[in-house]
Amino acid sequence: MSLAGFEVEVQRESPHGLVTEDMTLSMGPQHPSTHGVLRFVVRADGEVMREAVPDVGYLHRSIEKIAEKVGWHGFLPYTDRVDYVAAMFCNHGWAMAAEQLANIEVPRRGEYCRVIADELCRLHSHLLAIGSTAMDIGAFTPFTHAVRERENLNDLFEELCGSRLTFHYMRIGGVGWDLPPGWGDKVLHFLDRFEPMLEEYDRLISHNKIFAERLADVAVISAQDAIAWNLVGPNLRGSGVRADVRRDDAYSIYPELDFDIPVGRGEMGTLGDSFDRYAVRLREMRESCRILHQCLEKIPDGPVIAKVPRTFKPPAGDCYVRVESARGDMGWYVVSDGTAFPHRCKIRTGSFAAISVIPTVSRGLLLADLVAVIASFDLVAPEIDR
Amino acid sequence: MLEPAAVHERLRDRFGDAVGAELVGRARTLGCRVEAARLIDVMRMLRDEPGLGFDCLSSLAGVDWPARQAIEVVYVLHSYHLGHWFAVRVETPRDDPRVPSLTGVWPAADWNEREVYDLLGVVFEGHPDLRRILMPEDWPGHPLRKDFVEPDEYHGIRTSRPSPLES
Repeated sequence: MSLAGFEVEVQRESPHGLVTEDMTLSMGPQHPSTHGVLRFVVRADGEVMREAVPDVGYLHRSIEKIAEKVGWHGFLPYTDRVDYVAAMFCNHGWAMAAEQLANIEVPRRGEYCRVIADELCRLHSHLLAIGSTAMDIGAFTPFTHAVRERENLNDLFEELCGSRLTFHYMRIGGVGWDLPPGWGDKVLHFLDRFEPMLEEYDRLISHNKIFAERLADVAVISAQDAIAWNLVGPNLRGSGVRADVRRDDAYSIYPELDFDIPVGRGEMGTLGDSFDRYAVRLREMRESCRILHQCLEKIPDGPVIAKVPRTFKPPAGDCYVRVESARGDMGWYVVSDGTAFPHRCKIRTGSFAAISVIPTVSRGLLLADLVAVIASFDLVAPEIDR
Repeated sequence: MLEPAAVHERLRDRFGDAVGAELVGRARTLGCRVEAARLIDVMRMLRDEPGLGFDCLSSLAGVDWPARQAIEVVYVLHSYHLGHWFAVRVETPRDDPRVPSLTGVWPAADWNEREVYDLLGVVFEGHPDLRRILMPEDWPGHPLRKDFVEPDEYHGIRTSRPSPLES
């Protein structure tokens, strides 16, 4: 985006005769708090933002076009790159879309493997979100604590699928490999260590006065606005809307599991402020731990993947499936024309919706608050640009 | 909670033949075709009418259909408080694709329409800020069109390179 229209410096005279003028700042694309390559053009009057216009597209890799070129199975590893902080959900979304088009049923054990991987991935992503929120606001220690736990998760993922970030664990019809022998016990061992840590994050971050005051009452979004902007996941639940695709769409084995859906309470300020979005993520990690315990206890024996032909040609038609990713409802609109290549794949992501709200919510905030707002939305740039 | 067939019936009652006679799609994409000229009225009714209450534009996607010489824009609507779903499809000619903008109905349409404009070249009439969003401003053409040919270079940067394995 050019700076056209922004160069105009607006001059103003205060009642005391002091002349001030607006200042145009280009924040990014390499600013450390933008979590990826993302740029904002900010027009500020002193420290108060009049306008913050996001400039996205730096990480556009034409993933949707690639889908049309590489075929149904071949696209799975590319989905990892849509949101590399929570790649498992992208795998899941694409696999579910293909399965719905071709009417494939995933074996029960495969579904359990998927949910276990998904929930570990949610912990993985939320840990980074919470750690980096604290870091963006100036608290470095919580970030190191969060990343330390995340490192253990990386090890678990590496043992599960050979990869620490871009997993390519799921396949159309199930998952690539069964859980390795003894791996379930390692997850339980991790949870035993990790669950008490959640209390520590509360003590270390949530109840820290400086942290809470930087987020409370900043960028308040009402439930009605959140829905109209199509905000999803923790950003929507932070505004008090109890919506979760795992509950609403009841996909995979989620209907059989017992878990709560935390929503914002406005405990530090107003309902729907940045603190609520942060708090929802922290509480969701507790629910993910509950889900993991249930899955590891109930997982049945059997195959982990259905028989799927190598030349996969789902019948012509379209479908729209959603998964509850770490950043919320991720929508996959996929069109098949009956050939071995998808006709169209549109990925509607949570970060895309969240960043489109920033020009509206940032007006009148302090420049330093923009960093807090970006962090509270848990923006992941590759997911915006695809 | 309404089934898509019931929503469709109410639209037919109000708009007659501007709304397609058949239900098309399946599951979440079950819905109907609508004439572009009546799109905004249809969407306003879907959002505002008691019992319909579609408060969320869940997905907005453009699909290129060269065989039909058309670009189809698919809107998937959801009502959070009533829990139902409906899809609306609009077809527009491929050589001059124009669809009314829904930015005045759901703010979520804003960036999604910019994306469809950028990647497929559909002009959303009435959009307040219709410019490219993902591609550079001076990029030639619209990459998600089926007949798009990638340029050999962009500002002197080659867009492909010889494979080191084939020399």
